[in-house]
Parts: sequence; structure tokens; C-alpha cells
Amino acid sequence: MNSAAEKVDPEKVVLWAGGHEGHDVISTRTFGFWLYILSDGMLFATLFAAYGVLSYTHSYYTGPTPAQFVAPWYTFIQTMALFLSVLAYGFSMTALKHGNRAGVINGLLAASVLGVVFLGLDIHDVLRLFGVHITPRTSGGLSAFYVLTQVHAAHIFFGLIWMLVMIYQVMRKEFTEEVIGRLISLRMFWQFQAVMWVFIYVFVYLWGYMS
Amino acid sequence: MLVNLPGPWNPWLGRLALSEIPYTNPILAPLFVVVVVLVLLMVAGITYYGKWGYLWKEWLTTVDHKKLGIMYIILGLVMLFRGFIDGLMMRTQQAMAVGPHASGMMGAVHGYLTPFHFGQIYSAHGMIMILLAATPLLVGIMNIVIPLQIGARDMAYPYLNALGLWITAAAVVLVMASLFVGDFAHNGWFGYAPIFELAYSPGVGVDYWIWTFQLVALGTTLGSINFIATIVKMRAPGMKWLRLPMFTWASLSANIIALTSFPCLQVAIGLVAADRYLGTHFFTAGFGGNLMLYTNLFWLWGHPEVYFVILPAFGMISEIIPTFSEKPLFGYVTMVLATFAIAGVSWLVWLHHFFTMGMGPYVSTEFSVATMLVGIPTGVKVFNWAFTMYRGRLTYTAAMYWALGALFLLLVGGLTGMMLSIPAINYMVHNSVFVVAHFHMMLLCIVYAIFGSVIYWFPKVFGYTLNEAWGKTMFWLFSAGTALVFIPMFMEGFMGMTRRLDWPFDPHWAPYLDIQMLGILAYVLSILAFVVMLYVSIRDRAQHRAAADAWGTSRSLEWLTASPVPFYNFAVVPQVNARDEAAWRREHGLSAQRASHYDAIHMPNNTGNAIIIGGLTFVLGFALTWRIWWLSLISLLAIIAMMISHSAKGDPGHVIPAEEMERMDREAERAMPRADLPRHSGGVLGGAIAYDSGAAGAGSRNLRGAPDHRP
Repeated sequence: MNSAAEKVDPEKVVLWAGGHEGHDVISTRTFGFWLYILSDGMLFATLFAAYGVLSYTHSYYTGPTPAQFVAPWYTFIQTMALFLSVLAYGFSMTALKHGNRAGVINGLLAASVLGVVFLGLDIHDVLRLFGVHITPRTSGGLSAFYVLTQVHAAHIFFGLIWMLVMIYQVMRKEFTEEVIGRLISLRMFWQFQAVMWVFIYVFVYLWGYMS
Repeated sequence: MLVNLPGPWNPWLGRLALSEIPYTNPILAPLFVVVVVLVLLMVAGITYYGKWGYLWKEWLTTVDHKKLGIMYIILGLVMLFRGFIDGLMMRTQQAMAVGPHASGMMGAVHGYLTPFHFGQIYSAHGMIMILLAATPLLVGIMNIVIPLQIGARDMAYPYLNALGLWITAAAVVLVMASLFVGDFAHNGWFGYAPIFELAYSPGVGVDYWIWTFQLVALGTTLGSINFIATIVKMRAPGMKWLRLPMFTWASLSANIIALTSFPCLQVAIGLVAADRYLGTHFFTAGFGGNLMLYTNLFWLWGHPEVYFVILPAFGMISEIIPTFSEKPLFGYVTMVLATFAIAGVSWLVWLHHFFTMGMGPYVSTEFSVATMLVGIPTGVKVFNWAFTMYRGRLTYTAAMYWALGALFLLLVGGLTGMMLSIPAINYMVHNSVFVVAHFHMMLLCIVYAIFGSVIYWFPKVFGYTLNEAWGKTMFWLFSAGTALVFIPMFMEGFMGMTRRLDWPFDPHWAPYLDIQMLGILAYVLSILAFVVMLYVSIRDRAQHRAAADAWGTSRSLEWLTASPVPFYNFAVVPQVNARDEAAWRREHGLSAQRASHYDAIHMPNNTGNAIIIGGLTFVLGFALTWRIWWLSLISLLAIIAMMISHSAKGDPGHVIPAEEMERMDREAERAMPRADLPRHSGGVLGGAIAYDSGAAGAGSRNLRGAPDHRP
């Protein structure tokens, strides 16, 4: 494609990109975080696959199947808490566009309180099941049930820690590129966890209840 | 305790006890002494020469992609050696223990290794070679080369890059610790359900295996995010997609594979950990567990991983062959498409690792056909390389030797792979050493490409070329080893020898095992040749100083900047005008053109956080292995605290003013040998006509030390 035959004027050809800025910090960070989300998606996909394989009748050994213990109405409250948390985070991001520091902090606080509600309901549900001896050790199927739901809960837990860190950083720092980039990444993380919860709610709780 | 552990446990030391240190083992105890003495000598040496500050400032805290790449490569080479020693021990054991009357010593009935010890050795060999030797070597070369090939100053996330290295290093230290404290897994490198369950493997070996896997998976995933973001976001102006050098394309596809497949590994191994630590029943033989679920999940990662390591190797071959053929890569676009086709198909073939699972003819056929499909894009690549050489002006440098050797191994490995893709044949040779010989052809293809690219890019990083004569000596010795070890192994496979035998019971195998010992000897000599090559090259480095374009016929962007590459990579970011920018500038007589105007540049600061977090991940892995809960918790909290504090501090970076850039650039320019413009103008069609470059040393293509003796 480039033969030496084509003439290039050494006076006119541009060989150096002086003043090249390199890259846009926020867009590069956001892109990288999208890639992380992709890998997290694969993590959940593999867990769903394991859950699917371990949801035959014989996977539950002699123990109970989800139809006997899941409570879709209870977990629906969890769904609402998580969705409202995402909404509150959205308000926080709207405030960020206006440079409204108080709005950002209030949105983050509301999002994290709702996240804590979600996590509290989850822990309460686990304790309820443990109380009637429905544990991960009962059968392979229940191992898959617990690991899938609790890996999601662990994501929520780390998301909450991150949210607290961001509340602190927004209070203490300017809206630097780094802080804004982190707020955008956390938004992606939080929304992605909500999406994963939709899958868990449908496949584990609703489908488990119906089958 | 979460599960009922066989054996003692206490809250402070977990399962650690003095009896876990194998000081009575006649192999490990002396080795431990040797390692301790070596470490003490290194510490004493560094202290004596007062190099601690240098080491900390220039290496341990660096975020420079080239230095991180060098450390990755050193790590990979050390582990390649460790893995080779494992291989040597297995070969020796099998040669000694063959036949029913073979004598035994050191506690073994046959040979010198007990079955339990032998099991640990083959498990460690496989895991180390793939995850802690090949992967760090490839990641190291990608680290050095990708930013240079796309005209970037550094990776997209320099700190994350350092973190990836130190987490990988933590995995290396953890697997080495298993030699001297406790034992290692004996369940094969990929693990079999349910033998890795606590009931059947009560020791800490499987736990070491779990946490080493998790750490290296984490490090590699972080690295893959960084590489993809770097290639997508950091290209120099004018570096359009279809101008990307082939190695960068190959790395991009490989890292997409890594990013999407390593989470599957983390889940597969994580569920094993859940079984062993929490008492779940994912892969147990009873309680509704599913044994084959593990094998499926593991190879769901395992096969893409195979292409994660082979695709960068293909990329390296695609850089070396055009340079030493003095032609652009033949069929560039088809090469890109073939690379991504291989990456895509890599997700559809995992079941061919266990056709004997018995999934029925339809599923087997699908995976058989998908496996055969891999041959099409791979064939495209091989023909492209062949056509690149066809009517090229070939120079047989050491790097080219390795690249051609890799092609040959790819052919042998690929054709035997086609045989294995047929389920009917696969049932016959399943778990035989025929399969072992097949995948060693493929992995050695990678090793050949790595040695080729180490020689090829060495002058770019260090500023002088490696000794050609010793590089070629090493090539021939290594190739003799490859032939002598693996040709007999293919034959033994057909004779029915299965893999992982601590006692090869059939005396008919003896002559083949003896020939393999000769091969091992050749490998040992090739390692010596490698060491001599390094020694001679470092001793004679002043005479072998490389110019910016070290080979005189290089093609891609990295050969525009000074050799050795300054820490800022390019004083002024180049404007890319063509696919093979360096070749394009050379062909148009623009190589000597320098930027007239310099700008201030912004570089990231060094940080000690990455190595501290890496160290803490080792502590976490070790504490979890030995079930020391308080230490696990503390190290996990410390990691989180370090991450939060790093986030709070941020990195303002530092600015280097324009005048300083100009001064450093001029200095780097002066330090290189003079750029002689027409390096080689003669020679027609494959060197049919004699060509002498004239004055000795006029072109770096006439490599001093190994003069070019063409007719």
C-alpha cells in the first residue's frame, strides 16, 4: 500500500503531532470501567450457569427446593429499595451536572441508605432461612442459590463502601476529573448491580417460586 | 471453624505447625538452604553496593510500563526455569522407574519420587508453565511493546499496571512458598472433581493451588482492562485501526479473551474454595453436587486461555518475519480477521478437552467441528507468513530462527490437534502422552515466539543487541531438546502410555524415556547457552550499540524512538502516516527528520502503594491457605484501606518542561550510533545477487559477532 514510488514532499509531510494532548482522563477511565463491568458480567454469567446446572430436582438432594422457601413478595421490597437507590443516584448525577455539591451529597446519602435497606433485608432473609436449617451445606442446589445471591450482596456491600468514600471525597475535594470519573464509574457499577438483581429476581426468586 | 478439618488447627497459627516444614525431605531441605543462601547473598550484595534506594525508586515503585514489563519478563523467566526443573524431575523419575523391576530409593518403591510428591510436581509444572511463566512473559512483552507501537507515553492506567505486576508476583511467591511450607496440590494443574474436595485432599496443597489461581487471575484481568483501554484510547494521531501493528492487534484480541474468560476461572476456582472452606456441595460426589460442572466451568476459561497465550505469540511472529524478510506483512487485513476469528471460536470449543465425558454424538460433533474450524484462520496465518517470506530478502538472524522454529512447531501441534479434534480418535488417545506431546508443541511454539521477540525487542529496551552466535546456539540446543523429548513422547502415546505415571510399568517404553533424558540434557545446555548469551552480550554491549532502528529493516512505530527507549517513550508524539510507519519514513528518506518543536509533557508519579498492596495480597493468600482467619481479615482490611487512601491522594503527576525534553531528546540521539541512512540498497529477490554493505558496521543488519555470510 505504501510504495516508495509515491512521492512525499519532505517539506509538507506532517511527522510529529506536537501539542498532542494524549487522552481524555474521564473518557479513558469510563471506558476502562465499562471493561470491568464486562468482566463482572461474565462472573455473574458463570454463576448463573452453575445455578442453572444445579437446579435439577436431584441437585437439591433430599432438601427443600426454592419453591418451598423463596418469598418473591419479600424480595420485591428489596427490588424496590435497589431501584429507588439507583434513582437517587441518578438525582445525584443530575446535581453533578449543575455543580451542585449539596445535591450530589444528598443523592449519594439517599442511595446508600436505600442500599443499606436492601442489604439488611438480604441478611434478614438469610438468617430466616438459616433458622429453619436451609443452609448452603444442605445440597448442591442450595449452595448455588446462596453463592449467586450472596456474591451479588457482596457487590452491593462494596458498592456501599465506595459510596461512603465518594461522599467523603465530594465533601473534601473539588469536582476534579478524578472525582467526577469515580462518580461516573460508581454509577455504572450501581446500575449494573441493579440489572444483575433483575436477573436474580426473575431467575432465582420468580422462576424458583413457580417451579 | 467453618468446616470439620482433619488435623490440628489453632486460632493464632491456623493449620501452620513446625511439622509442615519438610526439613526431612532429601530434595526440598537442601533446596531450601540453597534458596536462603541465594536470597542472603542478594540482600548482602544490594546492601554492600548501596542499591536499596535505587531498587526502590527505580524499580519497586515504578509505574513505567517498560520497567514493569522487564520485571514481568524476569518473573516469567524465573518461573520458566522452575517449571523446567519440575519437568526435569518428572522425566528423570519416569526414566528411572520404568518397568516392574525398577528399584526405588528415598522412600519411593520405584524411582526416587513418591506418588504423592510426583503428583505435586506435575500439578505445579502445568500451572506454573501456563499461568506463571507463559502469561507473565507475554504480558511483559505486551507491556513493553504496545504503548511504543501505538505511540503512547504509557499505559492508560500506569498505577493499575504496577498493581497487576505485584499481584502476579504475589502469586509467584505463594506457589514458591508451597515448596517449603506445607505441600502443593496433587490433582493435576486443572484439578479433578472430587479429588480436590477436603475429604480426599485434606492438606493445604489444594488451598495453595486455589489462591495462586485467584491471585494470578486477578492480576491478569486487571492487566487486560489496561491493555484494551490503552489500545482503544491512547493511539497517536493518525494511528487508525487498520494501521495498528499486527502484534498490537493480536494483543487486543488476546486481552479481550482474557477479560471475558478469567472471571469464569475465578468462579470455577472460587466454587472449589466454597466447597473446601464453607462446606458447600458444588462439586462433591453426593448431596446434589455435579462433578462435570467443575470441568466445564474450568475449561470454559481454559480453552480461551490457550488462545490468550497463543495469539500474542502469533503477533510476535508477525512482527519478526516481515522485518527480516524486508517486506510488509502479507495479507494484513486477513491476518486481523483471522486473529479475531480464532478469538471468537475459542469460546466454542472447550468441550474437546473432555470428549470422554460422554455427551452424546450431537454435542460431540458440534465441538469437533468447531475445533476443526480453528484450523482455517490458523491456516490463513501460516500462509500469510509464508507469502511474506516468499521472494523476500531473508536475513537469518537468531530472532528469525526462533520465529521459523515456532512456525514448524505450530504445524506439528496444529496437525496433531486436528487429529485430536475427531472424537473417535480422541477416545483412543485421551489422557495419553500423545495429548501431552501435542499441547507441548503448541506451548513451545509460544516459548519460541517469546525467545524470538526477546531477542528482537531487546535492543529497543536496553540499547544493544544480544549476541547472535549464542542466540543461535541456544536455538539449536533448545530445538534438539524439543525434538528428543517430544517425538518419542508422541510414539509412547500411540503405545498406550498414559500421562502422569509416577511408575511407567511397561518396560517397552524404556528406550523412549531414555531418549527423552537426552532431550532434557539438551535443554539444560540451552539454558546454559542462554546465560552465556546474556553474559557475552552485556560484556560486549559497547560494540553492539543499537540505533533507533536496531535491525535496519524494522517496520512499526516503536523503531522511531531512541534505543534504549527513554522513560517518556517519544519526545514528541509521532503523526502516523502509514501502516508501517518506520518503514514508510525510511522508504521516503524521512527517517532522519526530527521534530523542530518540543512541548512540556505530563508523566505519572511513582508510588509504593502497588507493591504494598501486592505484598498484602500474598499475606491474604497465605493466611487463607493456612486458615489463619485473623490475618486474612486484617490483610483484607489493609488492602481496602490502602485503596481508599490511594484514591484520596490521587496522582497529580509531574510536568517536564519543553527545554528539558529537548535536551534529553538530543542527548538520547547523541548516545546512539550515527544513523546511517542507506543501510542496504542492493540485493534482489531473495538475495540471489551478492550484496556487500561495504564498510564493516555500516548497517546494524550486519550483526557484529555473527557476520552475514551470504554468498
